[in-house]
Amino acid sequence: MSEQAVGIAARLRLQRDEFVLDVDMRLPGSGVCVLFGRSGCGKTSLLRAIAGLERAEGVLEFRGQRWQDRYSFRPPHLRPLGYVFQEASLFAHLDVMGNLTFGYQRVPPAQRRIVLDEAISLLGLDNLLQRNAQTLSGGQRQRVAIARALLTSPQLLLLDEPLASLDGPSKAEILPYLERVRDELALPMIYVTHAPEEVARLADQLILLENGRIQAYGTLNQLLTAPDLPLAHLDDAAAVLPARVLSHDAHYALSELAVPGGSLWIAGCQLAQGSATRVRILARDVSLALQPSPGSSILNSLPAQLVDLSADRDPANLLARLELRAEGQPSQSILARLTRRSADRLALQVGMRVHAQIKAVALMR
Amino acid sequence: MSGEDLGAIWLTLKLATVVTLLLLLFCTPLAWWLARTRSAWKAPVGALVAMPLILPPTVIGFYLLLFMGPQGPLGQLSDWLGIGLLPFTFSGLVIASMVYSLPFVVQPLQTAFEQIGQRPLEVAATLRASPWDSFRHVVLPLARPGFFTASVLGFAHTVGEFGVVLMIGGSIPGQTKVISVQIYDHVEAMQYGSAHLLSAVLLAFSFVVLLLLHRYRKGHLHV
Repeated sequence: MSEQAVGIAARLRLQRDEFVLDVDMRLPGSGVCVLFGRSGCGKTSLLRAIAGLERAEGVLEFRGQRWQDRYSFRPPHLRPLGYVFQEASLFAHLDVMGNLTFGYQRVPPAQRRIVLDEAISLLGLDNLLQRNAQTLSGGQRQRVAIARALLTSPQLLLLDEPLASLDGPSKAEILPYLERVRDELALPMIYVTHAPEEVARLADQLILLENGRIQAYGTLNQLLTAPDLPLAHLDDAAAVLPARVLSHDAHYALSELAVPGGSLWIAGCQLAQGSATRVRILARDVSLALQPSPGSSILNSLPAQLVDLSADRDPANLLARLELRAEGQPSQSILARLTRRSADRLALQVGMRVHAQIKAVALMR
Repeated sequence: MSGEDLGAIWLTLKLATVVTLLLLLFCTPLAWWLARTRSAWKAPVGALVAMPLILPPTVIGFYLLLFMGPQGPLGQLSDWLGIGLLPFTFSGLVIASMVYSLPFVVQPLQTAFEQIGQRPLEVAATLRASPWDSFRHVVLPLARPGFFTASVLGFAHTVGEFGVVLMIGGSIPGQTKVISVQIYDHVEAMQYGSAHLLSAVLLAFSFVVLLLLHRYRKGHLHV
């Protein structure tokens, strides 16, 4: 990564009762980087250390500015970041508007890049402004907290499991807002979660943390489909692919989406033609064929190359990693879970060209 | 009610007001420190602050008398500064009352600060507020019920003191003769009528204070 492209360069160490956080990482200065791992692995501690809320030892730089090293420590209120806590933590003595403007007023006008109306409409808060924080639902409170953080015009947004304390419907309510923030503001984000659904929808990069150490770092697609990482062996292991809506077919009520290496037909897509989205394909929904099979009822088939074949948790199964090639784009992979018996019958070997037959595709939006 | 009675009431109000204001100034940082420190000094300092709750007022008065007297460190300091000795003066009474009412102001503030917790301060810091800014615009407004309770208790407790005043202040009209001392004098002189009147004033005062406090706390429960 060039110096310019590096957002965060950190070498941090923090002693905790349950683990020692010890990381050395360089994150890009754009996109959503998800810190993923089970609870107690140090995700939140790392995020708090980046914010300066936790005093770790080591060196931390953001876009070339030194935030801490052996001799200096820049306190949190002087770091140009926004932080969304797991519980919205709105100020109880202020109404919604008072909460929104708290940080906004403390940023010099010349440095403001997000104005009040913009944040209010981005998070859909128009009808809540005069309300008392106590009378809001969990989802509404978290939306206010996100807008409040954005209104400091941060150069980096840190989110600590912002959906973890919400119920299902509230989560579903917030996710589209987070996607809008990601898509409409050029703002790098570090997002802590242990929910695979949020990873699939939001992540560009992924960091897997285990016991305070970085187990793996890479793009979302790389890490979801890496056979040597635990993600690929989960029951609902899945790959996420970038997609673009090509057309809608009203007669069959299907839409065609371009994905790397081909296109997929998908039902229930409401997005406008041309819009970008993501699709998720579960490993168990993909089977392999050596030839295209016009005699099958399966609608979606993509040509792919078998790049890895490895043991899965269940001894009856193998996990295949299939690379989809698209000109001018980085290659993306999907996973297929198949029985060892089928693999032997097809005499599958790494390097072979195959056809991935896809039984189901989930639209991530 | 005699002029001396009215003088005693006025002096008591003046003393309680001055003591409460000074205690709020002094106890806010102390309570803040007690609420947030992880220092080993927290327990001993906390115990020291709570001592006036259980010590007999005469004991506090006695030690303060020695402390402010010609041989005591504060006495020597005040003498050296040219103020003279503090016992049997209004200033001496203020200092003694501050010690006596200290826990009644520190403890509600400490509880209020502890209830606020770390989180609002962290939020404020990530919203660009410096520590002092956070204290002023987040902690102080959130701790308002605590400040109200502390003021009321500090004031009321100072109004009701007797033992310490007797040891430190004596009974000098206009200087140190507060209501409780005046009542004592009336009873000594068998003037039960006058004693009744002043006692009834204090009784009503205490009742109203507790009623107000109760109402206020109830009003803040759901905040």
